[in-house]
Order: sequence, then C-alpha cells, then structure tokens
Amino acid sequence: MTPFDITINAAVALLGIFALLSLASAVAFGLSARHPDRDYTELKQRIRTWWVIVILFALAIALPPIFAICLLGFVSFLAFKEYITLIPTRRADHRVLFWAYLTIPAQYYWAADGWYGMFIIFIPVYAFLLLPARMVLIGETEGFIRAAGTLHWGLMTTVFSLSHMAYLLALPAAGNPVAGGDGLLLYLLLLTQLNDVAQYVWGKTFGRHKVVPKVSPKKTVEGLAGGILTTALVGFLAGPYLTPLTPVEAAIAGLLIGCAGFIGDISVSAVKRDLGIKDSGNILPGHGGILDRVDSLTFTAPLFFHYVYYLHY
Amino acid sequence: MVRLLRLLFWILIGRPLVLVVLGLNVRNLKALPQNGPAIVVANHNSHLDTFVLMTLFPLAQLHRLRPVAAADYFLRNRALAWFTLNIVNMIPLDRKRLGKRGEDPLEDCVKALGAGEILLIYPEGTRGETEAIAKFKGGVARLKEQFPDVPVVPVFMHGLGRVLPKGEFTLVPVVVDVFVGEPVAWTGTRQAFTQALQAAVAALAAAAPDRTWR
Repeated sequence: MTPFDITINAAVALLGIFALLSLASAVAFGLSARHPDRDYTELKQRIRTWWVIVILFALAIALPPIFAICLLGFVSFLAFKEYITLIPTRRADHRVLFWAYLTIPAQYYWAADGWYGMFIIFIPVYAFLLLPARMVLIGETEGFIRAAGTLHWGLMTTVFSLSHMAYLLALPAAGNPVAGGDGLLLYLLLLTQLNDVAQYVWGKTFGRHKVVPKVSPKKTVEGLAGGILTTALVGFLAGPYLTPLTPVEAAIAGLLIGCAGFIGDISVSAVKRDLGIKDSGNILPGHGGILDRVDSLTFTAPLFFHYVYYLHY
Repeated sequence: MVRLLRLLFWILIGRPLVLVVLGLNVRNLKALPQNGPAIVVANHNSHLDTFVLMTLFPLAQLHRLRPVAAADYFLRNRALAWFTLNIVNMIPLDRKRLGKRGEDPLEDCVKALGAGEILLIYPEGTRGETEAIAKFKGGVARLKEQFPDVPVVPVFMHGLGRVLPKGEFTLVPVVVDVFVGEPVAWTGTRQAFTQALQAAVAALAAAAPDRTWR
C-alpha cells in the first residue's frame, strides 16, 4: 500500500510535464548566459512560479482525488477573492458577499460527492436566486442590478466554471480506463496552458495582424491560429493516452480548448481593462494574480468537461 | 509562557488569517522601521488593522510590537483584556486621563519607546466611518517632541473596511492594499507635526484605488 493513487499513463504525463519545465528552465538559463546584457528576470520568475504550481499539482493529483479537489477549491477561493477585491462592491452587501464565499465549499462538496444534479444547478440557479434575494431583503436599491450582476459573473467564472476541473476527478473511473479522472484533468490543464504558451510564441515569432486591439493589443491572428493548431495537434497525440476520446474527437477537443482558451484569456483582459488595472494581483511572481493564470481555464474547463461528458459518460 | 502563546497565536492564527484568508499587497515595505524604537502611524477602519500591521513585521520583531488602544474598550471584560494585553501585547490608553492636569496618559508609551519598542498608533482615535480618515489627535506629536530621533512612519491600509467594518461580525475575505510612506520629520510645533502626519497618510491614500460604490 502506498498513499499514491494514480494510473501509469497519468504518471507518465506528469513526468512529461516535468521534462517540459526542465527544458524551459534550461532554455531560460541558456538565453541569459548567451545574452548577459538582457534582463530575463521576469521569464525566470515565471518559470520558477510554474515549478511551484506544477509540484503542488503533481502531488495533489498523485494522492487520492480529495487532495486535488481541495487544492482546486482553494484556487477558486483565491480567484474569487481577487475578483471581489477588484470590483467595486456596496457597503450594504457585506453579508451577501459572506454568503457568496460559502458557495465555494458547497460547490466543491457536490463535486467531490459526485452529485451531478446539484453540482450543475447550484450556482446557476440557487446562488443566482438566493444571493439577490438576500440583497433585496437588505433593501438597498441603488446599484442593485450592477451589484447582483457583477457578483454572479464572478461566481460563475471563478467558482462554477473552475469547479468542473474537480468534477472531472469524480467521474466514474470506468469511463476512462486508460487514465481515469486524473488523465482528463491533466489533459485539460496541459492543453490549456500549452495553448497560452503556443499562442504567445507563435504571435511573438510571426504575429502581424491584431485580433482584438481594443481588449488585448498584443494578440495576433497568426499567434491565435498557430496556437490553436498546435493545441489541436498535441490534443490529437495525447488524447488516446489520457482520455476516452477517439483520435478525431481528441483533435476537436484540442481545437475547442484552443479557441475557448483564447476567449477566456481576453475576457479576463476585458474585465481588467474595464477596471483600469494591469494585473489581477501579485500572488504569482512573474504571472500576476491567480485570475491572470486561470483566465483561460474559466472557459476551457466547463466546455471540455461537457464535451467529454456528452460523448463518453 | 505568555511569549510562547503569543508566538503560537501569530504563527498559527494571526498571520495565516492575514496572509491566506485576506492576502496583502504591500507597497514600499522597505520603508517600515527595521528596529525599535519607532512609531508606526496608520488609518483605522477595522479591528483587523492591528493584525495586518503586526504581520508586516518579521516574527523576530513580534516581542517589540506594541499596538496602542483604548483601555475602556479593550479591557471591558476579563477574557478580552487577557487576549489584548498578552497576545496582542497592547498598551492600554486610559482615555479618562486625557486632558487632566498632572496626568500623563502617554506614560506607558514613553516607557515603551525608552525600552526600544515599536508603537503602532491610530491617531484618528477610533475606527470611524468605513474607508474615511478622521482628524488626527495630537498624542503622536507629544511623543515625537520627547523623542525627536524616533522615526514616525505613516501607513495607509485600504480594504479592511470591506473585510470587517465597524459593527459587523462576519468576515469577508478581500486582498488588502498597504502603502508604507517615508518617515515624517519633526516640524517644530506639535500642531504642525500632527498636520504633516495627517497629510502624509492622506498622500498615501490618494494613490489607493477607490473600489466602493456608495
């Protein structure tokens, strides 16, 4: 008996991620050795932060699912807290915000319990109705719809969307004999984060035409297309080892994650631009805040979950 | 024993509460005094202000930190008095002695500065309205007059009025912005110094984002 609970394929995928990170560290080291005059501090910081994130996640995934579910719940808490910090809130809504926080442990409990019916309606229906109910009973009407709307948008993205990652771990193991829930979660995380990096690298190398200059001036058509195709290719290749998807389904999953990741990324950019800030926080050196890191996942996690759920569960 | 309990409280409860449940975003931390004696002056909106200020300092300085607070409020029952005097290591300020001839309510503060400790003072004298700064009282100027070499460092904290405002008991996690300013020099008179201090905190506040719908 070991405390570890992980399939061979998922373990190999984790090793692969560690190999990729080692490669990134080596490249950063090489770059700064070759160009001592340039400043690579941010790149190095970014990679160092990645090491911390990956080690934490690898541990949580290798242990029984409850560890990863708790870690993901904590990520939701940090993301929601950042969101609440950034948006203006009404003094009158103090207690409402308190109740909004309590939806996080509840939502992750439904996920851990595998109670799909509750998991899927708790925030879109119950929180959507009950939080404004609490608000209206307090009786402050000025800014009511703005307050109710911004609060619910935050819960939907940082709690409901992200909690789909946790539910991947609660899906019946028989649905994915090759790698279980761990495999699905790793596949989603790997493709989403790789997509971010690939879009950045393609854009940096070949980027000419801007996609959404008003929201995110650095995003280019070339970066977007190159990133999506790279993600689709990696999705196609990794699919059979980590998911129950057929090769064609896996390639489409890659395309889906590529497109949704881009939209998630620029949605959070739009929020930050609306609020007049650059980074959502400073908890992750080199990256910014938690929201800056999980922006793409707020879109890819629910879409990938429902894609797999519809096809194979 | 009390020192051990205090250390344990801050390691296991105080600091995790501030750093994990709330989260800090500190600007210019290096301006904070590294050693005593010193006076840190901050705006006051919440009981948690003291928790945040105490977390800004390294644990090695914990035994030197002395928040100054109203005796009539914090010593009103035995459990609270034990906690504030021993765990928070508070200096109780007897407001009844204020302005009385022959009485010095700052006696304990003077002693603490003499012993090389770091005073944490809220010159507004109360938590007041959420996210508003009231007029500063003159106690810090009296201390600075007696100890001209002791640095007085202004701090502005933003967000704690949203975390735990006056009159609320439910805590709402929000990341707290902390702005540390440069020490305020003695200006010649107590009144001018108090004004300079208030201006220093107001200048830090001007840099903070406004996130409240009113």
